[in-house]
Amino acid sequence: MSKKFREGANPMNEFFSRWKTMLMCAFLLIAITACDVRTASALPPSKVIAIPAFARKYGLPCSACHTAWPELNNFGQVFRDNGYQLMNDRDSPIWQNPSYFPISFRITPNWHRETANNQVFDGPGGAGTGIGSVTQSGFDLSGMDLWSAGTIYKNISFVLLPSSDPTAVWHFEAAFIRFDNLWRSPWLNVRFGRFEMDNLISEKRFLFLSNNGGIYQIYHFTPPGDSNNFGYGDNQIGVELAGHSANSYTRYSVAVLSSNEGGVDFTTDVVPGAPPANRTYDVNLAFSQAFNAPGPPGESGFGQERIGAFAYIGQRPTSFQTLNGSPLVGIDNKPFYRLGFAADLSYKNLELLPLFMYGHDNPYLGTGLASNVPLPPGAQAPTFYGGFLEAHYYFNPQNVALARFEQINVGQQAFNNIGNGSGSNGNITAFTFGYRWYPIMFSRGGVALDGEYSRVRTIGEVPLSGDGDGTVANPFNAVWSSSIFFGIDFDF
Amino acid sequence: MTLKKFAVTFALGSAVLLSAGATRSTAQSHVNSPDPLLGTPSVATETSNINGITGHAEEGKHLYRRFCIGCHGPDGNGQGMNAQWIDPQPRDFTEATFKCRSTPTGTLPTDDDLYNAITRGFVTTNMPSWRPLNPQQRANLVAFIKTWSPRWAKEKPGAVLNIPPETPITIESILHGRELFQKLECWKCHGPAGNADGPSAATLTDSKGNPIKPFNFTTGDRFMCGDTNRDLYRIFMTGLDGSPMPSFADVIQPNDAWDLVHFLRTLQVALPNQELTLWQSYKAAHGKDLKPIGPDSAGGAQ
Repeated sequence: MSKKFREGANPMNEFFSRWKTMLMCAFLLIAITACDVRTASALPPSKVIAIPAFARKYGLPCSACHTAWPELNNFGQVFRDNGYQLMNDRDSPIWQNPSYFPISFRITPNWHRETANNQVFDGPGGAGTGIGSVTQSGFDLSGMDLWSAGTIYKNISFVLLPSSDPTAVWHFEAAFIRFDNLWRSPWLNVRFGRFEMDNLISEKRFLFLSNNGGIYQIYHFTPPGDSNNFGYGDNQIGVELAGHSANSYTRYSVAVLSSNEGGVDFTTDVVPGAPPANRTYDVNLAFSQAFNAPGPPGESGFGQERIGAFAYIGQRPTSFQTLNGSPLVGIDNKPFYRLGFAADLSYKNLELLPLFMYGHDNPYLGTGLASNVPLPPGAQAPTFYGGFLEAHYYFNPQNVALARFEQINVGQQAFNNIGNGSGSNGNITAFTFGYRWYPIMFSRGGVALDGEYSRVRTIGEVPLSGDGDGTVANPFNAVWSSSIFFGIDFDF
Repeated sequence: MTLKKFAVTFALGSAVLLSAGATRSTAQSHVNSPDPLLGTPSVATETSNINGITGHAEEGKHLYRRFCIGCHGPDGNGQGMNAQWIDPQPRDFTEATFKCRSTPTGTLPTDDDLYNAITRGFVTTNMPSWRPLNPQQRANLVAFIKTWSPRWAKEKPGAVLNIPPETPITIESILHGRELFQKLECWKCHGPAGNADGPSAATLTDSKGNPIKPFNFTTGDRFMCGDTNRDLYRIFMTGLDGSPMPSFADVIQPNDAWDLVHFLRTLQVALPNQELTLWQSYKAAHGKDLKPIGPDSAGGAQ
């Protein structure tokens, strides 16, 4: 743990202390809690309920498995943990019921506005002489998911998820087969293929869609100059042993994954042109435990609370074996790790999702240098720490208000003599507000209206969302990047 | 943008959320919003009591809307939008007729009966096990389900069936159970071998006139209302109200009922059990002496 964190000082700015950050989080919670539960019945009601692809098979409303789709509730988690089975005789393999078509489509036509300041662009004085804000807005499309999942045989399940970006460049976002309930035990399940790691707070199932708000910054963060391409929220490829209690209150996962960021064809990505992968393996460990929080005597409890911890230990290459200068295989691997804990807490209609993560990279990864050369003076292992607090308030299954505050600090820079000595290089502060309304949810699909505002402050780096032109005019000034997003999120 | 402005923006955003909630709450008192789940006046007061947990209908209402409305419908009559694709049809709560009870036929079930049904689910229907909901949530649902019918305000649940200790599992008990299976004409629906192909099977309907299938013992599926011998005993002593399965409480004595339980277990050929093992060894030695079950077996016994 870095000295700065222990002492409570935020290296980003003297003015912005840790206590102010905490006060801000508290204000957020109070604001959302204050949206009285009676508001629910004043919001637009409907007698119709959505049925996603699985619900077509089982005849259940989508809200049975999702707090608000695509986020899972505990019933949905148990269903997923059981290998997409309810453990009744409706679990028959897909080919036994011709009326069931196990495919869902999801896409989000939208309007959004993106802006980032402190950017470099071509000015009157020539190329790269302009400095200021870059803003763009207009109607757009999201990527598209073509999701197929189900059971191939009793206790053998699968997921196949071809996904495209908005320009229809396709890749396999997820593709795995899972052998469930081995030896009739829910504690033994083996998954093989490309999948999302067992994250207590899933980035693949969360409710934000905007450029800046649509990612957990901490899941993808690396200190400035770091060559590590790891993203905790990204799908990885490998094999997983996982298990759970009957009601999934206790869950564990141990995954052995290729050290290639989920890449395919021995590369480090799922689309052509990526650098070659190396020959090592990473390990991800996750554990969580849920319990019921009792309420006052005679009243209902607060709901289900889940806490969990995770650790990812991996390696990344620092150089390549080459042929005529072209990289063949990643070599000279150096280690890194991520540790953290998270929770999914309920207080009646309010859901809180806190997460803390600590990251540590080898100095060679941190400096982006090949490990077959000596480290330059002053080079050291970069570290970072931070997390987020996300809040959902469910007025009812069809209306949910969202908010998130995120803070990441670089604990130790890769070079202790960086630039002007600023220790805040790379720090990120972000917040997002949103609202999702599911007005029409027909039996064969669902529609959600999604509105978001997100603002991200980065120092020394372009925002992770990709806004801006990739060059920061002054790396010691903050880049403010914001998104406004209105979309119609629908699945069929 | 300074951090001061950042904080102000964040605070303003929170305030907008707050004021939106407050505004809508104020508006609520002036707008008679068509709540999809108004239920009955008893929603505010109805409770359930399960093992010391008090369920509240008002909170169960929100859970019903999230988990149950798709099948059981916004009016609790089993006509949710998914009902058209579901076989057998979802339960109509407005009739307050329930299959799985520990109470005599025609009476209301206990809170525990409803709680157990929600917890267990029905393996041969679309109703899953709701064990992933916590006990308080299930108790809340029980309380809300009781608001759909005025019967709950007028009647009390029936007396809980007293189940005597199980008699020893012997070949005599199984053989006597086999006689009863023939004599009580269970085979007419469940079939001579228990595989749901009796002569009446194709004609069965539930109390709403929907076709219904008898239980197939040979698959090894769990019984509709549990999986133990006591559950099986309870099923045919209370009957499955709303289905053609009657109560045999007035027809057979408790010891006879246990004999029938022991025989029915021998029909579960896909589910290893003590009765089946005993029966298979007996049949290997005396199979040729057994009279077949069915219309040609006048005496029905051996």
